[in-house]
Amino acid sequence: MEILKSKRFQNVATKSMIYALLALGAIVIVIPYVWMFVTSIKPVEEVQSYPPSFIVKHPTVLPYQNLFRLMPILRYLWNSIYVSAAVTIANLFFCSLAGYAFAKHKFWGRDKIFFVLLGSLMIPWQVNIISGFILIRKLGWLNSYNALIVPVMAGVFGVFLCRQFIMSIPNDLVDAAKIDGCSEFGIYRLVILPLIKPVLATLAILTFLQQWNSFIWPLIVINSNQMRTLPLALSVLNSQFGTRFATIMAGAVVATTPMLIVFLLFQKYFMKGITMKGLKEYGTP
Amino acid sequence: MKKGFFTKLNEAKWSYIFIAPAVLLFLIFVVGPVIASFYWSFTEYDAIHAPKWVGLANYKNIFFNDPRFWKSVRNTCLYTLGVIPLGTALSLLLAIAVDQQIRFKNFFRAIYFIPSVTSVIALSVIWKWLFAGEKYGLINHILIRVGLQPVDWLMSPVWTLPAIMIMSIWASLGYNMILFLAGLQTIPKTVYEAADIDGANVFDKFWHITLPLLKPFTVFVVIIGFITSFQVFERVYIMTQSELGIGGVLDSALTVVAYLYDMGFRKFKMGYASALGYIVFVVVFIITIINIKFVKTKVEY
Repeated sequence: MEILKSKRFQNVATKSMIYALLALGAIVIVIPYVWMFVTSIKPVEEVQSYPPSFIVKHPTVLPYQNLFRLMPILRYLWNSIYVSAAVTIANLFFCSLAGYAFAKHKFWGRDKIFFVLLGSLMIPWQVNIISGFILIRKLGWLNSYNALIVPVMAGVFGVFLCRQFIMSIPNDLVDAAKIDGCSEFGIYRLVILPLIKPVLATLAILTFLQQWNSFIWPLIVINSNQMRTLPLALSVLNSQFGTRFATIMAGAVVATTPMLIVFLLFQKYFMKGITMKGLKEYGTP
Repeated sequence: MKKGFFTKLNEAKWSYIFIAPAVLLFLIFVVGPVIASFYWSFTEYDAIHAPKWVGLANYKNIFFNDPRFWKSVRNTCLYTLGVIPLGTALSLLLAIAVDQQIRFKNFFRAIYFIPSVTSVIALSVIWKWLFAGEKYGLINHILIRVGLQPVDWLMSPVWTLPAIMIMSIWASLGYNMILFLAGLQTIPKTVYEAADIDGANVFDKFWHITLPLLKPFTVFVVIIGFITSFQVFERVYIMTQSELGIGGVLDSALTVVAYLYDMGFRKFKMGYASALGYIVFVVVFIITIINIKFVKTKVEY
């Protein structure tokens, strides 16, 4: 009995320690977000008052009004949505199309071409950034949607992901459709597409998230006032109005909230997708 | 069943049409620029006048004649060595905690993961504000409350890099934790039960079961850490930006990629920056090869 009691005590003690640790961690993760929001509704006097407080005495929307006065933030929101959506739709189509051909077709050079594509995942963006900029300038695409959308319309990782998934579809299905007189594009559209919805959902989430948060490429190819995306707008706020913290935090709220809501709604898919990307891209242990 | 020649040709036609968009975009926006950069890395190029061939001069200057480059290498190494051990240990600890029989498992996992879906730019401006000012900044206020001296984080040559490191550890906790969780799933529960029967305590089990069996995942997390740390840029760009450029006071937080950006897009030394890009490429390539050899895995095709 004594032993049982002590074991049980030990269990409870361990459990409480675990909860304490996890709760502490969660607080540390959440506080910056809370601080962002709290600051974004503070009047100027309260932002830099001492001691800093999480309680806002006179909440105000003034920082948001300032934000809208300083920059066309709705236009930037639209740019972010438009670019992310366009890139995502293009990737879903082109990656699944190529993935299907690489998985189910036999043609000269198939494996070699695929191997080269895959190898390019090891190339860091720093190598391409200078020449990419000059290419876009030559094309006359600086400050245009084209610059943000076209180069990333068919990501290699997406092709890889789709190919992997389509390979698990039985050949019989494809062959049966062929015997029924289905065209090649018909097979893709009527047989393959309906079957790969899960992987398309993953790819959509990954692509949209990546584009929504993309910064370096827009920083290089966009400098016009109208064409900025949200991360770029935040960066400009930061460099031009670095001390107006309430306004900057209002900008951060606008830039983070949409993605935060989408994440909380689809968190399982997000975590699965992002983890899988890491594991696949760098090789599974 | 052998297919006829024309059926094959027809199928091949469609195959090439199907892969054409992906392959063409790849040739134009990846292969082309990679080759162009390689050529430009041997030239002097300001993006206005035609590139002038200078042979190995850029590489020679970078390695033997450029204290700023070596400063950036030093900073990048310090950053990497600071972020990886602490970040890995903390995320492992959290992963083990979440992996226990507890309530709110999914809640905790989701919370820790939030920074992984937030734009680094947003995170950087938030943390810049957390680190701000002598007193009214939240972090300095906490330091004062626990009896420590406040620090002028982003204005001091000593503390800028550690500030960025703290933010990076915070931001990557959830992602690494999820990777470790994937690893913990692979350890059979029976191993722990056997250890229980032998009377092993929590720490025995951690040292002799969890840690050894998790090793491939730990190596993996560390390698990803190396690759991403070596390329760190956005947070440096946001947190250290001033009229003088990027990199903080006395270049105290200038990383290799921040230096590349500075050379390419502020000083317009495109040839020099291309050479820096190739140096980054080679280092990342070596780390990736070590990863493949070390972990002894192949990417599944």
